[in-house]
Formats: sequence, C-alpha cells, structure tokens
Amino acid sequence: MTAPASAQTPAIAVRDLTVAYDDRPVLWDVDLDVPHSVLMAIVGPNGAGKTTMIKAMLNLVRPAAGQVEILGQSYQKSRHQVGYVPQRGSVDWDFPTNVLDVVLMGRYGALGWIRRPGEADRKLALQALEKVSMADFAERQISQLSGGQQQRVFLARALVQDAQVYLMDEPFQGVDATTERAIITILKDLRSAGKTVVCVHHDLQTVPDYFDWVALLNVRKIASGPVAEVFNDTNLRLAYGGRVAFLSRDSAAPATAQPTPDYED
Amino acid sequence: MFPEFLTDIYTDYTIRNITLGAMTLGFVSGSLGTFAVLRRQSLLGDTISHAVLPGIILAFMLTGSRDPLILIIGAAIVGWIATLSIMAIVNTTRIKPDASLALVLSVFFGFGMMLMTFVQRQPEAASAGLSRFLFGQAAAIIWDDVRTMLIVGGSAMVILLIFWKEFKLVVFDRAFALSMGMPVRRFDVLLTTLLVIAIVIGLQTVGVVLMSAMVVAPAAAARQWTDRLGFVTLLAGGFGALSGVSGALISVYMTRMPTGPTIVLCLTVVVVFSLLMAPNRGLLWSWVRQHRQSREIRSRVVLGDLYWLSAQHEGAEHGHSIGTLEAMSAGRVAVDHGLEDLERAGLAQRTGDDNWMLTESGRHQAQKDLQSGERESADV
Amino acid sequence: MFDLTSGQIEIQLVAVVVAVACALLGVFLVLRQMAMMSDAITHSILPGIVVAFFLVQDLSSPFLIIAAAATGVLTVSLVELLNRTRLVREDAAIGIVFPALFSIGVILIARFAGGIHLDLDVVLLGEIAFVPFNRTTILGIDLGPTALVMMTIILVINVLFVTLFYKELKLATFDAGLAAALGFSPVIIHYSLMSLVSVTAVGAFDAVGAILVVALIVGPPVTAYLLTDRLWLMLVLSAGIGVAVAILGYWLARYLDASIAGSMATMTGVIFIAGYLFAPYRGLIAIALRRRRQRWEFAGTMLAIHLLNHEGLPSAQQENRIDHLQDHLNWDSRFAEHVVRWAERHGSLTRQNSHLFLTEKGRQRAREAIVR
Repeated sequence: MTAPASAQTPAIAVRDLTVAYDDRPVLWDVDLDVPHSVLMAIVGPNGAGKTTMIKAMLNLVRPAAGQVEILGQSYQKSRHQVGYVPQRGSVDWDFPTNVLDVVLMGRYGALGWIRRPGEADRKLALQALEKVSMADFAERQISQLSGGQQQRVFLARALVQDAQVYLMDEPFQGVDATTERAIITILKDLRSAGKTVVCVHHDLQTVPDYFDWVALLNVRKIASGPVAEVFNDTNLRLAYGGRVAFLSRDSAAPATAQPTPDYED
Repeated sequence: MFPEFLTDIYTDYTIRNITLGAMTLGFVSGSLGTFAVLRRQSLLGDTISHAVLPGIILAFMLTGSRDPLILIIGAAIVGWIATLSIMAIVNTTRIKPDASLALVLSVFFGFGMMLMTFVQRQPEAASAGLSRFLFGQAAAIIWDDVRTMLIVGGSAMVILLIFWKEFKLVVFDRAFALSMGMPVRRFDVLLTTLLVIAIVIGLQTVGVVLMSAMVVAPAAAARQWTDRLGFVTLLAGGFGALSGVSGALISVYMTRMPTGPTIVLCLTVVVVFSLLMAPNRGLLWSWVRQHRQSREIRSRVVLGDLYWLSAQHEGAEHGHSIGTLEAMSAGRVAVDHGLEDLERAGLAQRTGDDNWMLTESGRHQAQKDLQSGERESADV
Repeated sequence: MFDLTSGQIEIQLVAVVVAVACALLGVFLVLRQMAMMSDAITHSILPGIVVAFFLVQDLSSPFLIIAAAATGVLTVSLVELLNRTRLVREDAAIGIVFPALFSIGVILIARFAGGIHLDLDVVLLGEIAFVPFNRTTILGIDLGPTALVMMTIILVINVLFVTLFYKELKLATFDAGLAAALGFSPVIIHYSLMSLVSVTAVGAFDAVGAILVVALIVGPPVTAYLLTDRLWLMLVLSAGIGVAVAILGYWLARYLDASIAGSMATMTGVIFIAGYLFAPYRGLIAIALRRRRQRWEFAGTMLAIHLLNHEGLPSAQQENRIDHLQDHLNWDSRFAEHVVRWAERHGSLTRQNSHLFLTEKGRQRAREAIVR
C-alpha cells in the first residue's frame, strides 16, 4: 500500500501541537517523536492532555496549531495502518450486539462501503478472540462481560485492524490482574512483531515493567524517551508537581517511582 | 367484529387502505426508532413530533394543497430546523439539552397553534383536514396517503439497509468510527433525517402529540426480546405494525376512539407485556432467577457448613443438628429449607435422630465448591 | 383597539399570573435538568383530571387539582420505576409513560365527555378568551373570574414554596448529596416540586392548554439563565420575563387575531432569541466579540511558547523563522504575519530579518501560560 517508512522517520511525529477546547489550552506546543517498534506509555496527572494527545494523533480533535504525522504521512493517508482502542467507558455496553460482532467492526475500515463482513473476516475475528482468550465468548451478548473481558474484546477488535501503529486509551483501566497480564503479553508480542504501541497509562509503578518508552505530559511535554533515561524523579516531579511523593533510593539511578497510595483515584 | 373486519380487508377498499397505511407507518417508525432509542434521542423524537406542526400548516398556507407529500415535506423541513435550533442552543450556550428540547418543543408547537387559528378562520373545507394532525385520524387514510407512506418509508428502509454496518458502528462507538475515517457527522445528519422521516410519516394517522411514542415504544419493547441489532430493528418494526393496525382498526370500528391514542394504548400493552415476559431480560424471569439463585446460595452455605463440621469431627458418619447449622449461618439463611433442597438433590441425608450429614456425592460437591471458591478469590 | 374592557384586563391578569407561577417553578426544573419532565407531567395529568371531573362534574373543583397532583406524582414514580428496572433508559421511560397516560385521558374525554365542558381543543390550547365568563362568587360577591381566583391561589402557594424553602431548594439543586447529608431529603423536595408543577399545570390548563404550559415553565427561566448567575436574580428575572411574555403575547394575539396561548408561546420564543443574541455576557454577539479578541491573544501566547520551547536549541534557527511558522504551526502566512505583528505590538517579541526573538516580556508570558 504505502512505501515502508524509512528508519529515519519516526512511527509517529508530533510537531508543535497545540490543542484547545474553547480557547482553554489542553496541550501547549508539544513536540514528540515515537520511534518504530516501541511500547510507549503516555503518563501525566489528570487533565494533562493524555487522552487529547491520542485523539490528536487520530485526528479526532482539530489542533489550534501544529500537526501529527503517522508513518511519515498525514493521518488521512495512514489511517489504514492505525489501530485504536478507545476508553472502555466510552461506549454503551448494553448495545444489542455480541462479542464477535464488535470484533468484526475492526474490519469495517478494510471492507469499505456497503460490503458486509464475510467468512474470511469472521475467521480473522475468531483468531483475534483466540489471542485474547475470548474465543468461547464469541456469541456472548456484550452486556454480560466483565470489565476485563470488555477490554479484551476491544483489544481483539484493534488486532483485526492489522495495523502498524496502535493507539490505546487506558487499556488497563479497571481490569482484573489476569487480564492486565494477558494484555501486556499481547502488547509486547506486537512490539516484537515490529509494531508501535502507544498507551495512555495511569499506574506509574508498572511503567518500567511494561513499557520501554515513555512520554511525560502536563499540558506541555515534560520529557520523552526510553524509560531508563527519562522516567526519573526529576521529570516525574516536573510532571506531577507536588501531587506525588517519590521514594527514590538513589536519585541518580533511574527511579522506580513509588506514588503515594492515594495519588490516583 | 373480528370476522367482519377480516372480510373487509379483502373487500372494502377503505379498510384495505387503512390497514396497509397503519402497517407501513408502524413498521417504518418502529424500526427507524430503534436507532433513535439507542442514540438516547427518545425525547428529541418527542420534540420533533410536536415541533413539526407549524411546518404542516405553513406548507398548507403556502401551497394551498393538502397533498400528503407536500405536508410531509413541510413537516420534515421544520423538523430539521427544530433539531438544528436545539443543537445551536446546546452548543453555543450553557443551556442543557433537556431545557432546549422543552423550549423548542413548546415554542414551535405554540407557533403552530397560532398559525392554525389563522387557517381555521378560513371557511374552505380544505383546512378541515389540518386539525387531524393533532390526534390523527385513521379513517381518513386514502390511497394517496398510503402511496406517500410507501415511497417515503421505503426509501428510508433502503438507506437503512445500505448503510447498516456504518450506522451500527457510528451509534455504538463513535470515536472508533471517526478513527476509521468514517464521515460520522454526515451519518449523524442521515440518522436524524431518518428519525424525522419516522415521525412525519405517521403524522396524519397518529397525530403530532403522540407520534413520538410510535418511535420510542416499539424499540424499547423489542430490545427486551433479543440481543441482536438486526432482530431488534425487525421486531420493533413488527411491533409498530401490529399496534398500528390494531389501533387503527379499533378506532375505525368503534365510535369515538381517536386513532392516535388508541394506537399508543395498543403499543403500551406490547411494551408492558415485553417488559414482564421477555425471556432473560423480562422482569418475571429475573424474579424467578433471583428466587432460584437465593435458594442455590442457601444450599451452598448449608452444604459448606456441613462439610466443615464433618471435617472437624473427622467422622463423616456423624450427624449434626439443625441448631448447630443455624448457629453457624447466624440466621442468614433458612437452614431447614436448605437441607430439604440438599436432600432432594441427594447431597445430604437425615440420620436417625433427626440430625443431618453429607452423602458421598455431597462431600464431592462441597470439595469442588471449595476449590472453585479458592480459584475465584485468587483471580480477584 | 386600545380601549380596554374589564374582560380584557382580566384575561391579561390571568395570563400574567399563570406565567409567573410557571416561571418560578421552571427555574428549578431548568437548573435540575428536568425540563422535559414538565412536558411529561402536563400531558400525563390529563387522565387524573378527567376521572376527577367525572366524579365531581365541576371543572373548577379543588378536587381536580388534588387528582392532578396525584397523577403527576404517579407519572414521576412510574418513570423512576421503569428506569430502575434498567430495561429502558430514562429518556425512553419518559417517552413511554406520558403518551400512555395522555392517551388514556384523551380516550376518556372522547368517549365519555364529548359535548360537555371538556374537549380536546381545550386540552391542547386552552381558551383564555373565555376566562371572564366563568366567575366565582361567594355570598353573592363577585370575586372575579374563577381561573383568576384559582391561579392566584396557586401563585401564592408557589411563591411561598420558593421563598420558604429557598435554601433547601438551592442546596438540593446544586448538591443533592450534601442536602441529603444535612437532612434535607432531596426526594421530598423533588416530589413536592413535581406535585406543584402538576398543580400549576392543571390550573393553567384552562387558560393555555397542556403543551403551552411547557413554554411558560421553560422559556422565561432559560432566558433568565443567559442573563445571570445568581439564583434569586434568576427567579426575579424569570418572573419578569413571564409578565412580559403574557402581556406581549396577548397584544400580539389581538393584533393578529390569533390564539392567545399560541401567541404567548411564540412571544416566549421571540424573547428567548433576543436574549440568545444580545445577552451581555453569554449572548451570541458578546461571545463572538470576546472570541475575536481572545483569538489573537491565544495565538500570541502560542507563538511565545513555541519560541521559548526552541530557544537555545540547535533547531531554533529553523523554528523561529516567520516563514517556517506555516510548516510548524500549520498557520497560513497571512495569519502568521498578523500574529507576529500583534506580538510585536505587545512587546513580546522582536523581528530581525525573518527571525523572531522573544523579549523578556514574551518569555514571561509563555512561562505564565505553561504554569497556569
């Protein structure tokens, strides 16, 4: 379809991005490069613009200034190579449909107008469900799923998009420990397969275990880069201000941030 | 009455038109209403149906014609203006959706009423037909009306079929649809147009005041019976057609039964029946399920207690009194009924002195419960 | 046309009293985001009125008012009951309950009350023009039109309710949780409000009909909501707008020789549009003017932050060129030029050749914006 992006162009390039809702800035002049084949977390306090960042990458909000390129192209051109996992709470789970049908929605982009999903699409959807261990639930009505199962279904839907770049809005929000482990395994597999995965993430403690790349946001970009280099006390304090206490054993070493238990509600 | 109307459908031209018309409008507004209900636009439907009144009257005043198609077009245009006004108020002020709906509904309707007094002052017979737009009149359906309904409703159904999967995705997960590059705003416009069509198609039969029920109620009833969008839509259409036809015929055969209210009452019966009786979701079923569940839990608790007791005493043969078991469950469950249930399932048995002990299969079951309980708590 | 008979004065008086009674309650419905409940209630009290009418055969009996209040509360409870089954959502529940009840009322009227006092046009439209003909006399003294007497009593009740329970209503409206914690049951307040809406609606039925009551309940408060942030002022303004709607509506109807109730609703719309456009702070025009002013300010700040972010970096040579703003910020060149001139005027940057440099003031501006 498109020429393979050269090694120099980042998977996602955000340039001087400013987004405002009603003249209230949510992101101020953010520059951000996401290299190929990384698993990146976007972290920052509430209202830092993390979700807005994902939405701007997906062209869901119109920036006041700046631009985003994915795989060296505008989103319009590269969207067939982008998979998206919205926040679980953003949809009505009492909608009359079943698990398989939701996963098939991931194929609509490839199907185009009027055509209905066929046998091949069903097969892809079932494979994706297999990957998230939800194959037994294919015919299940979606309102009967637990939070973790809902999240797996959303992940399966993104998997059938067969994308190069995956953008996920809080994929670990409100899921059980088993699902969290299952999801991170799949995300790491994606990275190993050369895909780029960007997640809005809330749990600072798991950042070093789960991700190899991180961006700290608080309306502007505080830092971005490999977790080992930028995920440290200084940057976290810059991002979170006084709102989080860190117990660092050695301020020079990359911090394993220990947020106070009540930091995120 | 029954056989009479059955033969009438075949022989009486008027009755055939009424039946066909009521069926068409019921099916169209019911099935299109499914999307309105899923988009939480039930009250928008109510607002549009009231607000189209000035559209009908203006169309009549400007053209002097009471051709149903012209009046429907007038209604649809004003229905859209009303929708846009609501959106403008919500998007540019801090006024909440409910207040802007109520404002637009009442002001447009009042404006329509004001216009109506003009029209009614004219002596021509042509204006007489307009008052039936308030409460509807099935008896007045003629072939022209039916043809209009078939054309307008048929086109709406075709649009629904063509964009079926897009509509489904846009309504279910808007952000995801946008991320796929779907022209979501255009689909919004299309869906709202379909809602306007669902409303204006029934205006002369059901009336502006009650038309919203034709859009909302069938979908709400149909949702109880099935979990698939396609079936919900079809069933809503079916419910709409059924209520439309029965209401229309009742109002024709009985004196002084206004059509709109009669159709709405038929619909209400369908809704109440569905809410109570639909398998899985129906209230009756969930009461039964709840009852069964609490019995199940009762048995589990008693079974677990018996198992614990027998483990403590290292002799499974030993019987235990109801009193001990009651003390263990601390009055949370009715132990005696629980024991009877266990006995019936062959999991517990009476010993001679009216005490109780587990059977072999009861012990197995208790062990299994214990293990799965541990697994669940490990999962959480 | 301007010579007033006592009948015309009485009609206007009734209109004013109805409008004020509706507007006072409407303020709380609008703030509690329950405006559509007024639509539901004004429809669904019909069967209650009809049944009561069959029993007492008198349209002005206080019994009708009690029946209406009971039916109003029944409507609210039914909606809540349906909602609680979680089988249908609240909007759909409202959309199912009130047409059903209204239908029962309409059928009862059509079948059993045809010809007598109650007929369908009156239900929807009311007939305020007939108000002066139905009078209340006690001990042979003419107290005035029955509708006026009845609505005045209802208005007094509403005024008392709103003033006596002002702080409870305020609290329950803005923080139901806190109200409950302090012992003011939001449920009781909710149901009293709904009962009063039903009572007011039945009183106003005669005069303006079921649907136009909604215009009077919602229109004035919504307009007042655009004019003020203070609750008491909103109540006063709503009442004032209600009076204006009633009197202007009456004269519009006389001028056009049209339905008075319809004209009042139309006037509600006209006054709302005036407020929507011209309200001093929240009006469309005021907002547009403010936006235009802020647009430059916002763009200037954005530019300052952009320059600050790249200051001292190797990329600065690239990023601070005016002809590169187009690429980097996605601004078209004319807009960029405007912004740069605006920023120069405000002393936040200087231009050397085509390179832009922040002044200390500009740096300050950018830092303040970032820290917020």
